[in-house]
Amino acid sequence: MAVSKPMERGTEDLPALPNLEVRSAASREPKPNGRERTALGQPPEVLLDIHRRMLLLRRMEERIGQLYAMGEIGGFCHLYIGQEAVAVGMERATRPDDPVITAYRCHAHMVVRGAAPEQVIGELLGKARGVSQGKGGSMHMFDPARNFYGGHGIVGAQVPLGTGIAFALKYRKTDRVCVTYFGDGAISQGQVAEAFNMAALWNLPIVYVVENNQYGMGTAVDRASAISELHRRGESFGIPGREVDGMDPVAVEQAGQAALEHARGGQGPMLLEMKTYRYRGHSMSDPALYRSREEVQKVREERDPIARVADVLVQSGVVDADRLKVVDREIRAQVMEAVTAAQAMPDANPAELLSDIYAAGS
Amino acid sequence: MREISVREAIRDAMAEEMRRDESVFLMGEEVAEYEGAYKVSQGLLKEFGPERVVDTPITEAGFAGVGVGAAMMGLRPIVEFMTWNFAMQAIDQIVNSAAKTRYMSGGLLGLPIVFRGPNGVASQVAAQHSQDYGAWYAHVPGLKVVAPFDAADAKGLLTAAIRDPDPVVFLEHELLYGESGQVPDGEHVAELGRARVVRPGRDVTLVSWSRGVSLVLDAAAELAEQGIDAEVIDLRSLRPLDRATLLGSVQRTHRIVSVEEGWPSCGVGAEIVATVVAEAFDALDAPPQRVSGADVPMPYAAHLEALALPLSETVVRVAHEVCYTDG
Ligand SMILES: Cc1ncc(C[n+]2csc(CCOP(=O)(O)OP(=O)(O)O)c2C)c(N)n1
Ligand SMILES: [Mg+2]
Repeated sequence: MAVSKPMERGTEDLPALPNLEVRSAASREPKPNGRERTALGQPPEVLLDIHRRMLLLRRMEERIGQLYAMGEIGGFCHLYIGQEAVAVGMERATRPDDPVITAYRCHAHMVVRGAAPEQVIGELLGKARGVSQGKGGSMHMFDPARNFYGGHGIVGAQVPLGTGIAFALKYRKTDRVCVTYFGDGAISQGQVAEAFNMAALWNLPIVYVVENNQYGMGTAVDRASAISELHRRGESFGIPGREVDGMDPVAVEQAGQAALEHARGGQGPMLLEMKTYRYRGHSMSDPALYRSREEVQKVREERDPIARVADVLVQSGVVDADRLKVVDREIRAQVMEAVTAAQAMPDANPAELLSDIYAAGS
Repeated sequence: MREISVREAIRDAMAEEMRRDESVFLMGEEVAEYEGAYKVSQGLLKEFGPERVVDTPITEAGFAGVGVGAAMMGLRPIVEFMTWNFAMQAIDQIVNSAAKTRYMSGGLLGLPIVFRGPNGVASQVAAQHSQDYGAWYAHVPGLKVVAPFDAADAKGLLTAAIRDPDPVVFLEHELLYGESGQVPDGEHVAELGRARVVRPGRDVTLVSWSRGVSLVLDAAAELAEQGIDAEVIDLRSLRPLDRATLLGSVQRTHRIVSVEEGWPSCGVGAEIVATVVAEAFDALDAPPQRVSGADVPMPYAAHLEALALPLSETVVRVAHEVCYTDG
């Protein structure tokens, strides 16, 4: 019996993705100008843009963490710190009219799509001009005008929703592609498998992005998934998968571009596994007994996406370290302004308690 | 007697039953190594090992079904949902498989299984993580539905649920886990399906369950100061409903107010009011009233959330309404 190919729509026909070197602390000795640029393969203005966008997410989430500690934010609040390269790299690969959907760890995805940080923070503060008028909170944010469809609290539930969005894109004969994010824990939900099957069966324009940050709450991937190569989870449906260094925004962008092209070209779904890491606890009260401080520290030192890009920028002579400090100060000031603006918003209006359950006037 | 928290009472009931009966095991998300997302299963992995305290992937439909299958083979699974919100993924297995199998098999196949976890509102976690499923499960023949308030009942009723030959939905409350109470030493088994008069009174019956009992007790204390002697009933079981205790109380007080966190429409309060109206109409001196959560998905902002919750002030106000007094 011939050994059959594992999948019908193989990965062979896809352009090879660049394999970016993982920079370790040890390899941070100065390199001749230009070498890193070849490694990252991007012009300086692109790297500067990536750096700025990632830093904004980080500083915003750090500030949100502080506001939570001060009691200004309540409920569950899941920070994106450590995973910035995924949202930024994918956003750069995505067209503004490509719909995006994710789970509850959604502040960063909102902002990369173009929502103002003050609207996100305003929501967290329960303000009337927060994106969901204070009704949704941290886990439930939507920005349909910018093609962002949430912000969902039930693990895995957004995956069929994203698939339905892709169904509509195909139904309407558009050339848009839906990007659907979920976690390494979520991938085991039954409805994810159900969605994969329909997406492949109907050849839907969708890119599934599993943000493998190594843990679903306190459970490491290999304690939750029978195979730990999550990019292979689509194989039985014929969905090609790729493993990507999710701590490298350029690798993410390139993998995203290839997958989006694949889907946009009518070749159906693809699954990208972003190997990433969350530095903070799962939500705000997480004793983190399931991993060591050293493990977190090691990733921060060796794989941090922002430090990596910053290093390349400095070592290739695009900017010096002082200039990056100025950028950081500008971004901190931007975040502070957003917080001040959010705090000045009026509180969510009690008269709105019963509105928005049904369409106005119905 | 000794004083322990509701959290410890639940853990103790599970541990004691696991010691007594090796067919009892616990499964769910983060129950073993993490010792429960709300730290309810503390120490269980250490004592019973990973074969009996089983961490599952995040696959509620799957592991609820696995639990039902194991129960078909005579095991006594305790299936923990991290919260009941996530059991919505599994409600098909609970209703279509667990609840109906004994009936569909003409009594050949019973399912001794407990589904448990925190239910109801929690602080500012918003619409998808903050709701009361009491009425949902109380609707289903084939299920028993329990919602304890204090530590003694948490232990006694969970012990009874684990020993019960039929599927039991056991609704805990996150905001009660830390509350302490006196629990009898040694084995403590309560009877399923019995309400309890927590505070006897003459003027009006206030009935609730789970965390609602604390609201109602506060309201009763306040009413006492205003000269109204309220009787407080802790329902404890939403299915079967202890109609005899309810009707007996109304025969004495002639007035009743039900209090629940859930939505008003088709809620447990609706069933209570219907029961009283149909079976004790002549005893009533005022129309029965319900206090419930607002008819709205739970909002996030703290001050909106407060408007969506039943409060003891509201209970006091409505009690005055049915007593035709003003507070
Ligand atoms: C259906 C469902 N079950 C359980 C939960 C509780 N819960 C919230 S997040 C989470 C872990 C998810 O992990 P993963 O998918 O890896 O995403 P990450 O948090 O790492 O971004 C769990 C179990 C939930 N929200 N929904
Ligand atoms: Mg994860």
